[in-house]
Amino acid sequence: MRTRTATLLVALALLLAGCTSGGGDADDGRITLRFQSLAWQEESVEANKELVREWNAAHPDVRVEYVQGSWDSVHDQLLTSFEGGEAPDIIHDASDDLADFAYGGYLADLTELLPDRLKSDIPERSWETVTFDDGVYGVPFLQEPRVLIANADLLRKADVRIPTPEHPWTWAEFRQVTERLSGDGRYGVAWPLKEPVSATLNLSLSNGGRMFHRDADGKVTVRFEEGDQVVPRTIHDQVETDRSASSDTLGSGGSDTLPGFFAGKYAMVPLGFSYRQQIEQQAPEGFDWQVLPAPAGTDGLAQGVSPQTLSIAEDTPHKKEAAAFLDFLLQPDNMVRLALGDWMLPTATRALKAPALHTAERGWATGTALAGHLRSAPAQSVRGYPEWKDKVATPALQEYYSGAIGLDELRERLEEDGNLVLARYQR
Amino acid sequence: MRTSTTARVGQYAALLAYLVFLAFPFLWLISTAFKPPRELGSLHPTWIPENPTLDNFRQAFDEQPLLHAALNSLLAALGAAVIAVVIATPMAYVMARRRGRLARAATGWVVVSQAFPFVLLIIPLFLVLKNLGLINSVPGLVMVYVVWSLPFALWMLAGYVRAVPAELEEAAAVDGAGRLRTLVSVTAPLLAPGIVATALFAFITAWNEFFFALVLLKTPEKQTLPVILTHFIGAEGVADLGPLAAAAFLATLPSLVIFALIQRRITGGMLAGAVKS
Repeated sequence: MRTRTATLLVALALLLAGCTSGGGDADDGRITLRFQSLAWQEESVEANKELVREWNAAHPDVRVEYVQGSWDSVHDQLLTSFEGGEAPDIIHDASDDLADFAYGGYLADLTELLPDRLKSDIPERSWETVTFDDGVYGVPFLQEPRVLIANADLLRKADVRIPTPEHPWTWAEFRQVTERLSGDGRYGVAWPLKEPVSATLNLSLSNGGRMFHRDADGKVTVRFEEGDQVVPRTIHDQVETDRSASSDTLGSGGSDTLPGFFAGKYAMVPLGFSYRQQIEQQAPEGFDWQVLPAPAGTDGLAQGVSPQTLSIAEDTPHKKEAAAFLDFLLQPDNMVRLALGDWMLPTATRALKAPALHTAERGWATGTALAGHLRSAPAQSVRGYPEWKDKVATPALQEYYSGAIGLDELRERLEEDGNLVLARYQR
Repeated sequence: MRTSTTARVGQYAALLAYLVFLAFPFLWLISTAFKPPRELGSLHPTWIPENPTLDNFRQAFDEQPLLHAALNSLLAALGAAVIAVVIATPMAYVMARRRGRLARAATGWVVVSQAFPFVLLIIPLFLVLKNLGLINSVPGLVMVYVVWSLPFALWMLAGYVRAVPAELEEAAAVDGAGRLRTLVSVTAPLLAPGIVATALFAFITAWNEFFFALVLLKTPEKQTLPVILTHFIGAEGVADLGPLAAAAFLATLPSLVIFALIQRRITGGMLAGAVKS
């Protein structure tokens, strides 16, 4: 009995030992800022932690505490933290997640807080992704284009023209190439379209597809016009007519297609630029792969992106100090370190000039050449977009790509059902 | 009635299939945890890694504070299990033995309370805990877990209490045992397997819980294993599969060990105390 009582007491003592308060300012006037980072790859986490260490070493009065967040749950976690007044001071997120927080008054307007150096170094098109109602609610610092990762041996054997950012494939040419690469149980391309909406919308910018049109009165309507149709029609025809794209991968995520890609089952896979890290790690010895630009349309290589962002919480009493930390973190050299760690591209012009980002190795040069073509994702600031995406566009596109419905029904659902959804947010 | 050989073979085959079905994810997890990245990307994966490696474990420990998180999970789960059982046992006894309006209302409340989704509860809970200064603390999380697991623990234990024949308590009373003596010497031993099973339920529920821990714990030193595991997942669901599998494998071990230690007591204690010595 004594042993049991002792065990219980030890357990209680351990429980109490676990009880401490959170961060905050020390009595000696030192400030502590909590920086919630979503870095997750080994190199990226290390780069972030290293930069925090360097800041802390140089700024003993403003200490930054690195807090690990996760992409998987960041929205719910931040929403609750904001509501409870316990949000981190500096917040890492993606621009397409910021609208609700910005309109909700949870994020600080950075317009007057950021140094001119940073404002002028990042192009206007990137600032557009974080601008809501004339306020700037984050610093877009990393972005990634969608590229084609190709099996170089198969391209050589098929003797197809290798596209470059200066001379890319058109969508029609891309369709022909995938046909040539197909046969003997192999597909020219595998489209991982578990999340078909962002891939379709972002690539459709190359043909001037906007999908969301803002009228003079500020209301947004969905119109599925010619420019919006080129990409979905190409994918649909590759799967249904040419059989040059595998129907098996339509419901898969990007990582799921890699084993088939390595085994030569698919010649190309359209993926985000950062997937190169997984390919580098997982590809069999001697597997020769290369990065190609996504096909170009009437608007060239334009495509939509939602950059990763750094924001400051409206509730923090130390906005200036937080902005100073952002300035440090996003110095050109530091931005390059973060970009290399995440296998992504920096948004800032000076950082993009770093030699490490212009090497042909692992496709860095191809990706960097695409940076100038990246635009704000079409749905970036459309209220009601998440519901339109989940309830209307995702099932409609999935059915269209799998051949269950035709283009007319796809248009009807995207427009009619979609506008009903958006109307509820714009009353 | 004797079971025919064919029927028996069928039963064993069904049992085997069920065991394989249950074990498959865990065995695959172990296999993945020991595979190097190149084998993870193979179109024809093997059960036994061709070049087994401990690199995934090294990387998982290097990148995330797994031991610290395991300790936090253990404290939260043990605390929740002990407190939930201590509170639920007398309540369950009253619910099961007393047949009045109050007991019926309590039963009804237990059922209704299970219908509330987490998202409705989390913000009020967050604010209450914040006012108590219990955000970012394991005791705060324990309080939430106790509240969360109590209704089901109560429901479960009440069932165990009902399974103990009231006649045994009456017989003890006839033999001259007082109320307390009857409870301690007759009812409690018979209820022990139920208490252990309920504690195990509360422990595993808290051990696996993610959402409350995610929202209530702010700093890495306080976070629990399920929260830490999500740090191996990137944007658009891309996962660092090897280290994630290694960390997930380690995360399953404590509950497996505890279950292995306790399950004998659950079955062994079923009839303990039923016979007068």
